[in-house]
Amino acid sequence: MGGSLILLIILVVVVLYGVGAYNGLINLKNQTLNAFKQIDVQLKRRHDLIPNLVNAVKGAMDFERQTLEAVIQARNQAVAAGANAGPAAMKQVGAAENQLSAALSRFNVVVEQYPQLKATANVAQLQEELTSTENRIGFSRQAYNDTATQYNTKQQQFPTNLFAGLAKASLAELWEITDEAERAVPQVDLSMKPKA
Amino acid sequence: MTDETGLNLFQQQEANRRRTIWLVIGFVLFFAWLGFGGDLIYWLSTRDGTPNTYHHTIPWFGLLMTAIGAGIARYGFATGPNKVLWSTGARELTEPATDQERQLVNVVEEMAIAAGLPRPRIWVVPDADPNAFATGLDQAKSHVAVTQGLIDLCSRDELQAVIAHELGHVKNLDVRLMTTLAALVGAVALMHDGMGRLMTSGFRSGRGIAGGGGGSRGGKKGGLGQLVIVLLVLWVITWILAPIISQFLAMAVSRKREYLADAMGAQFTRNPMALATALQKIEAAESPTSTIKRGAAHLCIADPLGRRVNLHEGGLSNLLATHPPMAARIARLKGMAYQRLKAEGQFPAA
Repeated sequence: MGGSLILLIILVVVVLYGVGAYNGLINLKNQTLNAFKQIDVQLKRRHDLIPNLVNAVKGAMDFERQTLEAVIQARNQAVAAGANAGPAAMKQVGAAENQLSAALSRFNVVVEQYPQLKATANVAQLQEELTSTENRIGFSRQAYNDTATQYNTKQQQFPTNLFAGLAKASLAELWEITDEAERAVPQVDLSMKPKA
Repeated sequence: MTDETGLNLFQQQEANRRRTIWLVIGFVLFFAWLGFGGDLIYWLSTRDGTPNTYHHTIPWFGLLMTAIGAGIARYGFATGPNKVLWSTGARELTEPATDQERQLVNVVEEMAIAAGLPRPRIWVVPDADPNAFATGLDQAKSHVAVTQGLIDLCSRDELQAVIAHELGHVKNLDVRLMTTLAALVGAVALMHDGMGRLMTSGFRSGRGIAGGGGGSRGGKKGGLGQLVIVLLVLWVITWILAPIISQFLAMAVSRKREYLADAMGAQFTRNPMALATALQKIEAAESPTSTIKRGAAHLCIADPLGRRVNLHEGGLSNLLATHPPMAARIARLKGMAYQRLKAEGQFPAA
């Protein structure tokens, strides 16, 4: 009698723990998915911003046509890559977005070289928007990576890992800088000479 | 960010929820004591009266005070965030008009993304001294307020760091406990002022009745009279100490949290140095934040009253300070920054 009671208590504890672990995993899984969607939202925001930016500086920056065109091209490629997005296309999207980031940072460097352009209220505003957008993308990736790491750790740790299969948990991929060029320290030309 | 911080966050939230409930229960119990204590004293002093004098048998004071306490707690909990914001004279920033305001809105939105929180409502306090606070009862409906001085003084990165610190408070639900506390402390202070006036006038007019009825019997029943006096003294002391007790509570609750929120802020921005320099700037601007009064002081990132007790740790400061010493906070943040740089290999191992 006493033995079966103890067995029953152990069983109840195990089941209760299992329910907790399962729910915890599901919770983290959904948080990870949500954090991933947040990156998409911010990328879309950037795509919408760029045409405005280009229009605002087009007249004043006729001499920097190349930089502007690079930005527009990178933006269009990123939009195209995002259109057929799926889990498989994640690498492609990442690469396109990184290209865009690189083009935009080059653009920012160029704008810094022309004080009279920076002084225009419109451009200053757009630069703030651009900074904010880049930050948002960065922070949404950071939040995604943090959540995904938590999720991954949880499903690998004992004894939660025993319930990972039940919760259909699988390791979430972390967002990394895939572009070697971006990983490198940026070379900024400060010679102030007009480019050829 | 490791799994451990995630677990800690959950525990922090649970602890804050629990503490808020205890705070409310304690508050109502305190009111009940104020009421029933009075009843007990009144009952003891009228018990031996002749049948035709008044016998205080039904504890009306106690019932009334408990009801009042529960009512205030309920009201304070529901309107706490608005009361706090109202007391500082903050205005909500809905339509950013200037570049500065647009930047503030952007920064708050960025940090909300980093913290994984819904965007809080943004308020600006018209005060030249740099300071900031967060309030709200849950993550979905939170408020972040900064002073005009903070916007003027801080760079974008520093502003971001301060907002991240405030969102740290929101994320681990510190705001819930601290806002409830602010509402209740405010209610006690208000009540104390009002009742103090009522009591002094009541004692003056009531002395005639009490003196005539109880005075002669006090000698016969010495033991009972002493009990009544002890109770009475205890009761009056509680009344006098009420605001002081609630102040101690506010202080004890907030000091440890500042370190934690600093750490969370650094985690959101991955830039502890920005918060360190922001704190240095806030510290250097020595004028007190005059618009933020005592009631909301424990919510702020830096003590708005500029009290000297906050300069040290330990001893009297452990009792009286609402904030840890700024130098200690800055030192901790610099330590975090150093660890980061070393981990990234940007710093020669010393």
